[in-house]
Amino acid sequence: MTRTVVRASGLTKRYGSFTAVDAVDFTLEENRIYGLLGRNGAGKTTVMQMLTGQIFPNDGELEVFGRTPAEHADVLRRLCFIAESQRYPDAFNAAHVLKAAPWFFENWDAAFADRLVHDFRLPLKRYIKKLSRGQLSAVGVIVGLASRAPLTFFDEPYLGLDAVARQIFYDRLLEDYTEHPRTIVLSTHLIDEVANLLEHLLIIDQGRILLDRDADEVRGSATTVAGGRAAVESFVADRAVIGREGLGGLASVTIDGRLDRADRVRAAELGLELAPVSLQQLIVHLTGADLRAGTTEQEVAA
Amino acid sequence: MDESRPIFIQIAEQVENDIIDGVLREDEQIPSTNEFATFFRINPATALKGVNRLVDDGIVAKRRGIGMFVTPGARDRLIERRRADFATEYIRPLIIEAEKLGIDIDELAGLLRAERIQS
Repeated sequence: MTRTVVRASGLTKRYGSFTAVDAVDFTLEENRIYGLLGRNGAGKTTVMQMLTGQIFPNDGELEVFGRTPAEHADVLRRLCFIAESQRYPDAFNAAHVLKAAPWFFENWDAAFADRLVHDFRLPLKRYIKKLSRGQLSAVGVIVGLASRAPLTFFDEPYLGLDAVARQIFYDRLLEDYTEHPRTIVLSTHLIDEVANLLEHLLIIDQGRILLDRDADEVRGSATTVAGGRAAVESFVADRAVIGREGLGGLASVTIDGRLDRADRVRAAELGLELAPVSLQQLIVHLTGADLRAGTTEQEVAA
Repeated sequence: MDESRPIFIQIAEQVENDIIDGVLREDEQIPSTNEFATFFRINPATALKGVNRLVDDGIVAKRRGIGMFVTPGARDRLIERRRADFATEYIRPLIIEAEKLGIDIDELAGLLRAERIQS
């Protein structure tokens, strides 16, 4: 039996006339890794700020561990939120941050934090403001992992982290999660890098949830069909089209829904190329509709 | 990992290939879900789905408190199933491409024999 950790219904946040989050409904189940994905300004950070009690919703119901998060210390103690640009007191160095962390996180593992400091080669004695962008991100990542908070949010945690450091983050996250399962929400633009780590996806666009599905269902659920225009059009005739591009007599159409063996044989007979659509490309198709609007090739699935 | 198919199916196929190749023998223990997850850098729930698929197919079975083990006769059953799929998976695409290039069936047979000698 899985327990529901977060339950949001009709959750809304407005800033003046701008609706950042527009009546969204979703739940987060215990001990899963979620991907909260979407473009800049889609409302991801606003959702996480409401879930962690940093801002108040204008409307809707929100329960985190069964209660409203804001002003409930027993709920807040179980949360960890790592922001894109985490702020620390000026006089702090990384050692101070790690020393203070157990005051906020009851599951804090100091030995794990030490190991991560070593992995990320983080200088402990240097003032926070003297750290490079990547080192500053490493501080946040270390706090987020070693907190072992039952509900941990990483909001674009790795600005400035190089590819090696990001891989260390993914590997340590996965290893530690298998030993200490907890609910993790990862918000990122580097979708293809994290795609395989995620169990469930929430894709948000213009303050609304566009997709709320298990990652395994989404992976390989869209295919790009390319070839001669007539052949492509006949192949995609009765399918849900989510993207369409063309150049002269050639067409490249992205369709939703899995292809079975018979479809693949038929595509081969028509001389069509089938290419899998990565999660990142799929999100571009789903959330980038307005980018291509106005071109004659534009068509969005109903 | 190949993007076009669900990862849990690929995990199951990986184990199936190891059984067919004799890397994993009957009655031998397969890696745990967490071992698959950290090795392939995938979510443990995805790895679990792959293992459960093998359980549903009777390829592996759980021994309580120990782990998952290859069932007796698993290899023969897998080979039988793969043979049944061989025509649609491999022969059909080969013939389509051969026809496109104007290679008739006798020439194709000759090419197959020549390739076999080389490998």
